[in-house]
Amino acid sequence: MRRKFLVSVAKLVAIFAGIFSFLYLKKDENVSSSKKRLTTSFYLRPPGVLNEKHFLSSCIRCGACVKACPYNTLKLASFNDNASNGTPIFYASKIPCYLCDTLPCIAKCPSDALSKDILKQGIKSVNIGRAIVDESSCVAHFGIQCDACYRACPFLDKAIYLEYKRNERTNKHAMLVPKVNYDYCVGCGMCERACITKIPAISVLPSDFILGQRNDNYVKGWVEGDDSILKDVNTNKKLDKNKAMDYLNGAEF
Amino acid sequence: MVQNFKIGKYLILRRITQIGILLLFTFKSTEFILFGNLSSSVLLNSIKLSDPFAYLQIFLASFTLNFEFFLSALVIFLLYAVFLGRAFCAWVCPVNLITNFAELIRRYLKPAKLTNFKANTRYFLLFSFLLASFLFSEPSFEKISHIAIITRGIIFMQSSAIFVGILIFLADLFLQRNLVCSHLCPLGAFYSLISRYSLLKITYNLDKCTKCAKCINICPEPQVLNLVTKYSGKVLNPECIKCARCVDVCDDDAINFNLINFVKGKK
Ligand code: SF4
Ligand code: SF4
Ligand code: SF4
Ligand code: SF4
Repeated sequence: MRRKFLVSVAKLVAIFAGIFSFLYLKKDENVSSSKKRLTTSFYLRPPGVLNEKHFLSSCIRCGACVKACPYNTLKLASFNDNASNGTPIFYASKIPCYLCDTLPCIAKCPSDALSKDILKQGIKSVNIGRAIVDESSCVAHFGIQCDACYRACPFLDKAIYLEYKRNERTNKHAMLVPKVNYDYCVGCGMCERACITKIPAISVLPSDFILGQRNDNYVKGWVEGDDSILKDVNTNKKLDKNKAMDYLNGAEF
Repeated sequence: MVQNFKIGKYLILRRITQIGILLLFTFKSTEFILFGNLSSSVLLNSIKLSDPFAYLQIFLASFTLNFEFFLSALVIFLLYAVFLGRAFCAWVCPVNLITNFAELIRRYLKPAKLTNFKANTRYFLLFSFLLASFLFSEPSFEKISHIAIITRGIIFMQSSAIFVGILIFLADLFLQRNLVCSHLCPLGAFYSLISRYSLLKITYNLDKCTKCAKCINICPEPQVLNLVTKYSGKVLNPECIKCARCVDVCDDDAINFNLINFVKGKK
């Protein structure tokens, strides 16, 4: 009798502990509605990731990169995150990547998940994402002077540059608006962290979300070496004589 | 009421290594001793170690061979395959702490067995996870591994570990004795497969045995003690996790580690 009672008490305790821990987990997500918007929909990967597929197949989820980061930028995804469980991610609006010169995160990675080539090529070749400006909330576009993102960027004047624009409203002032150059921006998120608006007007998205790809036939003739994209293009024309015949002899004629 | 639960020296030693390794991983000041986690780590700032099962999954998923990475997995592979056998489960894995605790409570409560998983289920799971790694190009067990979640939970203070820990505890307590570790865990299965020829073995001496069956009672993998009461010899079944609970509970000195006997010159 006593044992049965103990068993049912233990079961009750277990159920309550289960419910409690579940609620406790949920609590993590609801920090604030604005943060939730940013943190549950997408995530950024540490520097050195070539592409998501290659990364997922090689990361052993050891957390060496997380521990190596001196700024506590990275964290390992848990079940609360969208990213595959145990893989390193970061949210630029919380702590951005400071692009350490020696890239300790990549140096410590035991697998090929974070590419050692990036380590040799330096921080310029990092490809975390690209920054994008929301002109409707960026105060520089209102005509107010703000260059917080511009100054925060590690590639000052390259990845973000300020563009002079006539202020059509006052007709006598100039506006200095931030523009992002995608040839230089690596997606470190320093600008997003520095942005002064309530929810950052400049934010970093993973490259795949932003970058397109031009067709081979659009060559910038005025840029030296741009025709190199034609190098591997297959120029053999495949003409099918029968096609014309079939067309003429086809049912429509 | 609780039969033969005895705290022995091996139990204490095991808890020290288990918890010690976790602590070394956790603190920043001890990073120079152990850096990383159970999936991959660096010992004393120089020797790289990786979980061979995780490496195998990554190899199947990515089909690339990183030589240094391969070596780091090989070190651990050889350590267990040649010397220690499946000792990882009893001496390193933090899940062992939870399941042993569940087992202890189980001895008080004696709840009914609700599921009937066979000990071979784990080999099936092991194979499925390897296949899935290959098919989906992602180390599939690492993705959901309860061991990794618990370890990360402790090392990186992640709350999801509490949830998973409670689930494991409940499964072991109410569903079936040692359900997780002795029936389902693919990592345990992996170490069982590779440790057939390992040097460290438990030895049994029929002459000293008084047939009290305490060892079989306490063993998390009782099928490995099939020689008890029959003949003297080594426990050859690789599913033995070398936890030495049998050594601890045996009052008649009939069970021991072969290497320790060897050192003492008993043979
Ligand atoms: S580059 Fe530096 S700041 Fe950025 S993730 Fe790596 S270690 Fe952290
Ligand atoms: S160090 Fe490399 S393998 Fe380890 S978690 Fe980071 S990316 Fe993954
Ligand atoms: S993310 Fe922002 S701060 Fe970083 S390189 Fe791009 S523009 Fe500069
Ligand atoms: S069987 Fe699996 S979970 Fe259990 S102790 Fe061994 S590795 Fe850890």
